[in-house]
Amino acid sequence: MSAAWRARAALAALLAPALLWLGALILLPHVELAVLSLRERIGPQQYAASLSQYKTFFTEPLYWHIFVRTALVSCVATLFTFLATFPIAWIIAKALRGRAGALLFIVCLVPFWVSETVRTLGWMILLRESGVLPSLLVKLGITQVPVEMLYHDATILLGLVYTNMLFMLVPLVSSLESLDDALIEAAYDLGASGWSILRTIVIPHAAPGITAGAIIVFMLTLGNYLTPALLGGKNSEWFTEQIYTQFITRFNWEQGAAFGFLLLGLSTIMVMIGLRLSGQRFGDVMRRT
Amino acid sequence: MIPSLPRPAWLRGATACYLAAFLVFLFLPLVVVGVFAFNDAPYPAPPWHGFTLDWFRGNEAAGRTGLFQDEELLGSIWTSFEVAVWVTLLSVAVGTTNAFLLERFRFRGQQLLSVLILVPLVIPGVILGISILAFASRLAGLAENWFGWEAEFLRPGLPLVVLGQFSFMATIATLTISARLRRFDRTLEEAALNLGASRAAVFRTILVPYLAPALVGSAAICFIMSFADFNTTLMLVGADAPLTVMMYGRMREGASPVLNAVSLFLMVASALLALSLLRLSQKRNDVSAPPAA
Repeated sequence: MSAAWRARAALAALLAPALLWLGALILLPHVELAVLSLRERIGPQQYAASLSQYKTFFTEPLYWHIFVRTALVSCVATLFTFLATFPIAWIIAKALRGRAGALLFIVCLVPFWVSETVRTLGWMILLRESGVLPSLLVKLGITQVPVEMLYHDATILLGLVYTNMLFMLVPLVSSLESLDDALIEAAYDLGASGWSILRTIVIPHAAPGITAGAIIVFMLTLGNYLTPALLGGKNSEWFTEQIYTQFITRFNWEQGAAFGFLLLGLSTIMVMIGLRLSGQRFGDVMRRT
Repeated sequence: MIPSLPRPAWLRGATACYLAAFLVFLFLPLVVVGVFAFNDAPYPAPPWHGFTLDWFRGNEAAGRTGLFQDEELLGSIWTSFEVAVWVTLLSVAVGTTNAFLLERFRFRGQQLLSVLILVPLVIPGVILGISILAFASRLAGLAENWFGWEAEFLRPGLPLVVLGQFSFMATIATLTISARLRRFDRTLEEAALNLGASRAAVFRTILVPYLAPALVGSAAICFIMSFADFNTTLMLVGADAPLTVMMYGRMREGASPVLNAVSLFLMVASALLALSLLRLSQKRNDVSAPPAA
């Protein structure tokens, strides 16, 4: 009797912080955001339920355009992140392995201990018109005058790939490490080419890691603010900036809340598609990373 | 291909080249930031004008303000530090209670709760920020209307920044700590209880030492991530800007080597933290390595 009661008290004591955290900082704030996004200001301190915030989004080509652009660039950035990190993950897990592989892995993780702000500052110093790379190009005689390498779409893409690589590398390495070399050797002995080994053995085996990495990278890219704002300047046209503008600059919380929900919806849909494609469960993916 | 198979020379060459190019890509921005903190010129750009410590110590004759005199920047480092301490304490505490909740209890709705705990990680930080901002402002409005309270801490400012960062870092702490708790051998605990130890003694002398690496590790991750967080912080910040927000504002205004100096400080600090953690985990592994069966 008393033991059962004590177990209950312990359970309640442990449930309280979890429920308080999820309720007060996640659940209720999102309910508030939903309420905000579904109302319209009709006078001072007067509001009415309406869908006009969402209507504005669909009828105003600018917002719509930026939304689609953000989604597409995020997809491309995710693809490039995968292409850039896969060879490195292979080298760490398969080509080097052991101590050398572990050392290279640690070396690759080092830059991500430093904040995104610092890393972006580095790219700005490298790429701006008076920066390191443009002046190097002039010195090498490749260009006559320094070219502005900031504020292009390619710059934003570069920055996004750079800043999120870690979240692709870690799941890739762990999924490749679990691939048995004997499978590759057997395929090779049976006459398979390197390409067909990659396509029929390595990629299918690494698929869970690839999905996990792609989901996280896509989500972080979509929600990124700093990199597009600093590397893209006025041309960045990133959706999170629209949310910021509505919420903080214009103080139009209703519109900002609707934008927030649209971004959240897009991110959720893409995560679900990723999970469905690879047939994985949400919890497993999150634990992988 | 793997070492046990013959690899053509071109493939080995290409692999080595790619690895070298990747490492340059990885470290070039950081190296550049560090190097230009010492350039004797008012602008962090080539050409190299010689070595100087002006951007740290300042130089009144040349009208240069160094990092150590820049009260605004130093203040923002301190602000970030305070925020990070609070976020770390809260996240590790709630991460620990969550870990016990998930690993030591079975109750209805547990499956749902374990999924809900992961949700904060897949919500973009900007949205976490605005939703907490909106909810806090609603609460502040209610407090004022109903009780006439002036709930200053619910307005944009450091308390909200702490809560905003905590809202997703608690998940990270929970994952780290519960992963370790799951591998705990419960017979150790039972043996201690059989031998007459109290629950409190078991907790103190067995569980806490066992969990220590996860507690320290998740604390370090929370601390570093709190220092680095931008998205959520930007939405909730009030008059006192933490370092990332302060740096962002200055980077938009223009470049100054003082920013390189403060960045170098950040790099050295996080490198030291990473190294000491690595040291600690190695030492612990040596001591707590399981005896050969």
